Amino acid sequence: MDYSYVFLILLLPALSFLVLGLAGMKMSHKVAGLIGTCSLAVVTVLCYYTAIKYFLIDGRDATGLFPTVTAFDFVWIKFSELLTFTIGFRLTPISVMMLIVISTVSFMVHIYSFGYMHGEKGFQRYYAFLSLFTMSMLGLVVATNIFQMYLFWELVGVSSYLLIGFYYPLHSAVAASKKAFIVTRFADLFFLIGILFYSFYVGTFSYDLTAMPELHQNVAGVAWVMPMALFLMFIGGAGKSAMFPLHIWLPDAMEGPTPVSALIHAATMVVAGVYLVASLFPLFVEFAPEALHWIAYIAAFTAFYAAAVACCQSDIKRVLAFSTISQIGFMLVALGVCLPGETSGVDNTVEYADVNGLGYMAGMYHLFTHAMFKACLFLGAGCIIHAVHSNEKMYMGGLRKYMPITHVTFLISCLAIAGIPFFSGFCSKDEILVACYNFSPVMGVIMSAIATMTAFYMFRLYYVIFWGKSYYETHKAEGAHQPHEAPLTMTVPLIVLSAITMLVGIFGTLHVFEFGEFVSANGIGFGTHINWAIAGTSTVLAILGICLATYMYKGEETPVADMLARRFPKLHQAAYRRFYLDEVWMFVTHKIIFRCISTPIAWFDRHVIDGTFNFMAWGANAAGETIRPWQSGDVRQYAVWFITGTVALTLVLLCI
Amino acid sequence: MSILSLFVVIPVLILLGLWIARNLNQVRGVMVAGSSCLLALSVWLTVAFIQARQSGNTDPMLFTYSVAWFKPLNIAYAVGVDGISVVMLLLSSIIVFTGTFASWQLKPLTKEYFLWFTLLSTGVFGFFICIDMFTMFMFYEVALIPMYLLIGVWGSGNKEYAAMKLTLMLMGGSALLILGILGIYFFNGATTMNVMEIAANNHIPADIQNVFFPFIFIGFGVLGALFPFHTWSPDGHASAPTAVSMLHAGVLMKLGGYGCFRVAMFLLPSAAQELSWIFLILTTISVVYGAFSACVQTDLKYINAYSSVSHCGLVLFALLMMTKTACTGAILQMLSHGLMTALFFALIGMIYGRTHTRDVRKLGGLMKIMPFLSVGYVIAGLANLGLPGFSGFVAEMTIFVGSFENGDTFHRAATIIACTSIVITAVYILRVVGKILYQKVADPHYLELTDATWDERVAVCCLIFCVAGLGLAPLWVSNVIGDAVGPILNVINF
Amino acid sequence: MVPVEAYFVLSALLFFIGVFGFITRRNLIAMLISVELVLNAVDINFAAFNRLLFPEGLEGFFMTLFSIGVSAAESAVAIAIIINVYRNFHSDQVNSIENMKF
Repeated sequence: MDYSYVFLILLLPALSFLVLGLAGMKMSHKVAGLIGTCSLAVVTVLCYYTAIKYFLIDGRDATGLFPTVTAFDFVWIKFSELLTFTIGFRLTPISVMMLIVISTVSFMVHIYSFGYMHGEKGFQRYYAFLSLFTMSMLGLVVATNIFQMYLFWELVGVSSYLLIGFYYPLHSAVAASKKAFIVTRFADLFFLIGILFYSFYVGTFSYDLTAMPELHQNVAGVAWVMPMALFLMFIGGAGKSAMFPLHIWLPDAMEGPTPVSALIHAATMVVAGVYLVASLFPLFVEFAPEALHWIAYIAAFTAFYAAAVACCQSDIKRVLAFSTISQIGFMLVALGVCLPGETSGVDNTVEYADVNGLGYMAGMYHLFTHAMFKACLFLGAGCIIHAVHSNEKMYMGGLRKYMPITHVTFLISCLAIAGIPFFSGFCSKDEILVACYNFSPVMGVIMSAIATMTAFYMFRLYYVIFWGKSYYETHKAEGAHQPHEAPLTMTVPLIVLSAITMLVGIFGTLHVFEFGEFVSANGIGFGTHINWAIAGTSTVLAILGICLATYMYKGEETPVADMLARRFPKLHQAAYRRFYLDEVWMFVTHKIIFRCISTPIAWFDRHVIDGTFNFMAWGANAAGETIRPWQSGDVRQYAVWFITGTVALTLVLLCI
Repeated sequence: MSILSLFVVIPVLILLGLWIARNLNQVRGVMVAGSSCLLALSVWLTVAFIQARQSGNTDPMLFTYSVAWFKPLNIAYAVGVDGISVVMLLLSSIIVFTGTFASWQLKPLTKEYFLWFTLLSTGVFGFFICIDMFTMFMFYEVALIPMYLLIGVWGSGNKEYAAMKLTLMLMGGSALLILGILGIYFFNGATTMNVMEIAANNHIPADIQNVFFPFIFIGFGVLGALFPFHTWSPDGHASAPTAVSMLHAGVLMKLGGYGCFRVAMFLLPSAAQELSWIFLILTTISVVYGAFSACVQTDLKYINAYSSVSHCGLVLFALLMMTKTACTGAILQMLSHGLMTALFFALIGMIYGRTHTRDVRKLGGLMKIMPFLSVGYVIAGLANLGLPGFSGFVAEMTIFVGSFENGDTFHRAATIIACTSIVITAVYILRVVGKILYQKVADPHYLELTDATWDERVAVCCLIFCVAGLGLAPLWVSNVIGDAVGPILNVINF
Repeated sequence: MVPVEAYFVLSALLFFIGVFGFITRRNLIAMLISVELVLNAVDINFAAFNRLLFPEGLEGFFMTLFSIGVSAAESAVAIAIIINVYRNFHSDQVNSIENMKF
């Protein structure tokens, strides 16, 4: 049970950030990259070691659960006797799983970036920010309390800001980074308020339900607090996880370097909201199951909306971004459809059977598998962009001949996300659908439909990139240069990630590997069996989606798609413009906040408040000006006043 | 003689040294030596203070010393420090030290400039060590008057107007202040001016307290940028030379919050309880209003001045919440805002010194031209918007958690409104950072500009180090402050 | 025997003539003379009231003599000032000297 080494997991990236940040400019690119990558390699090894130790060597304790291990927990700042802000390292099944996900993807991205960022200006800075991000993300998932999570939450936000704005001379990158930060910050405001409510009534920042037996009496009189606080916290999570209508920052965030999109905006940071809900899951189930269901509705709508938009985008990274939003929607739906179970009489806590908590396992499973195949997709997209020097689909087409490795790995990931058996996405998405059908058939049907859309738009993307008319061949004469396969540093991560996707898929489909054995809502391991009614239907639907995509986009020309776009120009345009939500937000920020609030306030300050003080100064001045002529300098006038005064005074005195 | 008197004696020695100094190098030498002495002294004081507390000394004031100065009115030169004053002294000496380096290349009348600068810091140090109301007031005035000349002579832009406005408004504040001080003195029996003695034996009737509380609170509040008495701040800061802006926003504005807490609330507790709601509304407005105003300003210094209105509003806001956590947060916020805003003003001054404009619309792409200053600016910006790891986060979170300890809806609503400022802060900070540092170089002339010189690097690094240090290891500071805030709040909350 | 009221009438006349002259005249010398008239009115009053109220006493007469002495000295100073004013302003008119205002 000795986990004393784990502080290194946070310290090494932090050190590498400091070293690269302070001395990076003095180093060569190679040295800087190696420092970052090596420190991360050590972290990855430690994370894997921790996971093996936690799950396999130490295993379950006497009660049949994986114990919650707090490796260290020191007081960072003491707010009051009750509320202490500690920073610690807490191992639970989901945090250990997250350690694996983050370290794996981050390590892959570090290696990949060697090739992708080769020769870029600011290479050292890039690696410094990557280290900072990794440190923050790891700190987030091992948080022992909600405030530590908030702290690292803000740090991942800022690393994301810095990385999106990496190409800072570009106006679009700056605008995107600003937008990402401000939108998530806006959501974090609700997170903070939620924390304030929670901590005040509960009396602690800890969210470990089992460690707080007194929690029930603390919130006994104020039933509204917990649902509200938890939902406010979820809004924070919705900001990071790009839930509608706070998703607007994520597509723009693709302005950052592509490996960053893979790491932050696909695999790790954007699932922070999911992780947050999963961490607070016992509280949600216990106190606010309705709030949990609301999360499911919001997430389902987001998933649908994002899938619809993804069908019409022309920028391949944006398609992937909307697909990410949609998939996060899946995860949150899975968490949201969990049902509270029986209340046990002993300590008044909710006991839920596996069937009620299936969504939890499925959501986490999908988080894990999605991180791997989505990172692979993004990194693949990075290779393609590297090769054709554009994000737009019109510059692609027919790339399968030039980039075989990218092609194969991309295909594997597409199959995984579409939910084809023997690929990892199938295992997790299937469980999500089962959980949805358990919750309500309507939800199940909706999610199945969205899954079909997923298959369609992913294969649309696949065909548009790798099949169809080749831009190079048609524009050879105009000097378009030949696309070429990416270097080894870039293809190896693709191979590793798609191998993970394949392995998890094969073993998961055959039920050799049971995710539920490690992560489950109540901590008790369970195995699943495939519900063929649902799995079969969804597979058939996915294949139908793929077929439709094949029919529409495989050929040199895409007559059906063009015809549809012409037939429904309004709808196509609306979907292409993401249903004008960016415009709405622009309206809110520019017109309302700047035009209608800030400008009038600034005017009011300069003219009314400042005017009042200037008026007072003017008043004093004017009074002086008025009495100034009385001092005429004419002696005889003074004498007149003097004598008149004397006479008047005498008369007054005489009269009295 | 107490060791604390050195805080006044050293500046006086610096003044003498400056008077003797014959050339620029000697002036600089005297300033560096003197401000280093002050810095060393305040660090030593902090260590000694913590050691004394750890050895079990629980006196409300340490290192006390008192000598009668003007017997008939019971005015004494009485000094003493508690945790709050210790951190304030530390802050002041850091700002004076870095301010010296920030005005290294100030050209006309360097010697005279440093004379007034040192006189100003004498007032600041004197104010923080004194526990006699009248002596405090005297040092307060000593700190205010040099501002007039420093802005009026060495300022930029509409400097005469700004200097006059600033001085007159602050003088108006002092007029209210002296009335309030006399009120406290006479209605408490006219026996002592010592803050601690009055607090220990306070028999001012409640209705009299209600009369004099607004006098003192507004009197200090003017300096603490209390809405609607904040308008001197944008003009004053915009026109002041770099180091004066630093000292003014970094330390002088803290005199306001410190005075509100130490004099107004401590000595008039029942009025503080009764009238806090009015000022709570005003400070809540300050917080949001300052942030919104900052969003549309085009002058870098105006943006920062309004941001200071917002952040200093948060200080007074937290003090009026009157819980231990919130008040600790308020003092932390003073400390943190002092350091951050000094850093900001230093950087703005350095950028202005090169580009000769502070208009955000004319600046752009500075990251490529002056990377050191730009990175410093980004760090200052991130610290200002409350990024964890910097002091702002610690202070703001302490304030919000503390404010929320008040269970009623009014305080809750005020807290939630104040919380929104963290989003608006992000808006204006990122707007500026995005506009002036990133994107394309706005003017080809900027390409010839150089990055920071060594003296500027010293100032910037020193401040960044302090901001990050406070943000990474806040526990000891918050303990020192919390121990001092506790007894005062026991008096206020009966 | 002249009745004592006649002295008072004379003194009042002198006083108001003096005041009138002081206010209306612009010439500094004329103003000085008017001031002298006012002083003389006071001197007459001193003597007359002394006679009327305290016939045995001589303090009023002393005061008169003292006042005459003072006015002589004052005239000397005033004439000196007037000469200096004339040298500086090249005028003996009061309305040309307005430097005292504001």
